[in-house]
Amino acid sequence: MSKKTYLQAINEALRQEMRRDSKVILIGEDLVGGHGATGEVGGAGGPFGQMRGLYKEFGADRMIDTPISESAIIGAAAGAALTGLRPVAELMFVDFVGVCFDQIFNQVAKFRYMFGGNARTPLVIRATIGAGKRAAAQHSQTLHPLFTMVPGLKVAMPSNPYDAKGLLIQAIRDDDPVIYLESKSLFGMECEVPDEPYRIPFGEANILREGKDLTIVALGAMVPRAERAAAELAKDGISVEVLDPRTTSPLDEESILESVKKTGRLVVVDESPPRCSLAADIAGMVADKGFKFLKAPIKQVTCPHTPVPFAPILEDAYLPSPTQIEMAARSILD
Amino acid sequence: MQLSRDELKRAYERMFLIRVFEERVEKEFSAGNIPGFTHVYLGQEACAVGVCFELTDEDYIGSTHRGHGHCIAKGVDVEGMMLEIMGKASGLCGGKGGSMHIADLKKGMLGANAIVGGSPPIAVGAALTQKLNKTGRVAVAFSGDGGANQGTVFEALNMAMVLHVPVIFVFENNEYGEFTTQSYACGGVHIADRVRGFGMPCEVVDGTDFFPVREAMQRALEHTRGDKGPYALEIQCKRFGGHYVGDPQVYRSEKELVEARAYDPIPRFRRAVSEAALLSEAEFNEIESAVQDRVDIAVQSALAALAPDPATDLTKHVYVKYA
Ligand SMILES: Cc1ncc(C[n+]2csc(CCOP(=O)(O)OP(=O)(O)O)c2C)c(N)n1
Ligand SMILES: [Mg+2]
Repeated sequence: MSKKTYLQAINEALRQEMRRDSKVILIGEDLVGGHGATGEVGGAGGPFGQMRGLYKEFGADRMIDTPISESAIIGAAAGAALTGLRPVAELMFVDFVGVCFDQIFNQVAKFRYMFGGNARTPLVIRATIGAGKRAAAQHSQTLHPLFTMVPGLKVAMPSNPYDAKGLLIQAIRDDDPVIYLESKSLFGMECEVPDEPYRIPFGEANILREGKDLTIVALGAMVPRAERAAAELAKDGISVEVLDPRTTSPLDEESILESVKKTGRLVVVDESPPRCSLAADIAGMVADKGFKFLKAPIKQVTCPHTPVPFAPILEDAYLPSPTQIEMAARSILD
Repeated sequence: MQLSRDELKRAYERMFLIRVFEERVEKEFSAGNIPGFTHVYLGQEACAVGVCFELTDEDYIGSTHRGHGHCIAKGVDVEGMMLEIMGKASGLCGGKGGSMHIADLKKGMLGANAIVGGSPPIAVGAALTQKLNKTGRVAVAFSGDGGANQGTVFEALNMAMVLHVPVIFVFENNEYGEFTTQSYACGGVHIADRVRGFGMPCEVVDGTDFFPVREAMQRALEHTRGDKGPYALEIQCKRFGGHYVGDPQVYRSEKELVEARAYDPIPRFRRAVSEAALLSEAEFNEIESAVQDRVDIAVQSALAALAPDPATDLTKHVYVKYA
């Protein structure tokens, strides 16, 4: 056990899984970097550095740098997965899913079911998500609802380094396609992470803080914000439970309902525009299955219904803040 | 065709303006005055200026993530650009777009584009408008060598041929897509050969020299405006710096970086024009100092300008407000 950043946790999970199973390969743009150039090959390890050092150990056969051709990257990874490899494909920014929608939604997601249960597609698609980096409208989205609504895909959204490692190892060992979403704004976050490999099962929520007055469900980069709001509320003697579903597909409905049953109040925080968001999805599920537990209306804290703006002051206002979460909580406590 | 003294001045002014603007962007970025990511156009000035030289405000261009040079070459105001790059309310996109999304429709600039391969299909559509409205104008789609590998670009090339629209595809081959070389990432090596495979004429041009770029573009315009269908240029050039401002470039040797600078299009232009005694040293110096002043004013104005107001600007420009 030692302190590791979110980025290091991802790197360690990739390294350990590649060591364990020679079928695990990485494919994407500039995972290695420097092919054909005059300097160091593999020095970059990805624009964010998740693959740093891996090229030295695993070489070009298992660390495949591709042209800028996302449809072919995802499609080739899908074909390789169908035929016996365990590819981990990368979309540098989740926004680039725009150019490979078909391969994910119509191909990968459908194989197992459409082929009558006869196909396995052990494919992981890693992508970075999230606003806050001043990267503007086409490099800042958090598109988990899009993947979550497609049957056949599993979707993981780690909110801390411990989960980042355990969920990625689970994703790689899973026989179904998994969309693994890395929050850019959490790359530097640190916590204790075991050195040995371990997995976190999908569909099992994590209760980060126990409470009895109100439940906050939050995902990805919104989890630390929810925890801050909970700490503020605790100063006034309000006891808040913070629950992170960890995966949006499958979703741990049971733990969410269990928590709402205990507290009677629910705030859902989601880094997404409000329509068809996970906030709306979870609120709908609780209204449907847990209405009788509720002592107050459910509150959703989301981004506004806009693209992500560039100007820092606008982008900061775009993201749900701890204060907004706290206010939403207070509005159903009074 | 011989250029007039005024035209030579304009060409030099535009190239030098891009140079000074981009060097200033790097400086202001390092000083913390520019948020986010930014990709500068240093070394490629002759490409944009040569391509856009004969275009009017009614001709369209679609750009890339490395779009500042294209904007300036198309006549977009540098103060509006600097305001946008710094995220100010009076920027060209109200601070909502930033460096990777500068657009100025009045100048025929359909936007920088942060999705590689995003612009070429859009340019085909802009060309379709010109064809149906019989304007005699054209659309130009800029892509990089890396962008030449994107499926959207292949589709756009093919459809442009099928629809027979006045579009010019410009591939700026600066030898790199991010940290990977064009020689590694392009199967078949030559972008021009692929384009010709679609039945489209494609010239390979030295983009470190303004004159051949401009001449190739004249042929491209004659072809497209003459209703002969799409045309393409593969313009070979050098990316002086990193992929983005701040890129440590471990993948490039010191030697390569130094050698790239030997292909500087700006002194090359000045030398050629001076040797032909077409413009004097004093005239060049005058252009340079005017450009410096313009960029200084743009930066001062942008630094002093107001940021947008979240209360009024965040949800503006979407049809409906839900929250
Ligand atoms: C669809 C998509 N894939 C990947 C990226 C990330 N990316 C941004 S620029 C770039 C390299 C582009 O290379 P090239 O087309 O040669 O343009 P240059 O940077 O050399 O101007 C990449 C891979 C992106 N923005 N969009
Ligand atoms: Mg390039």
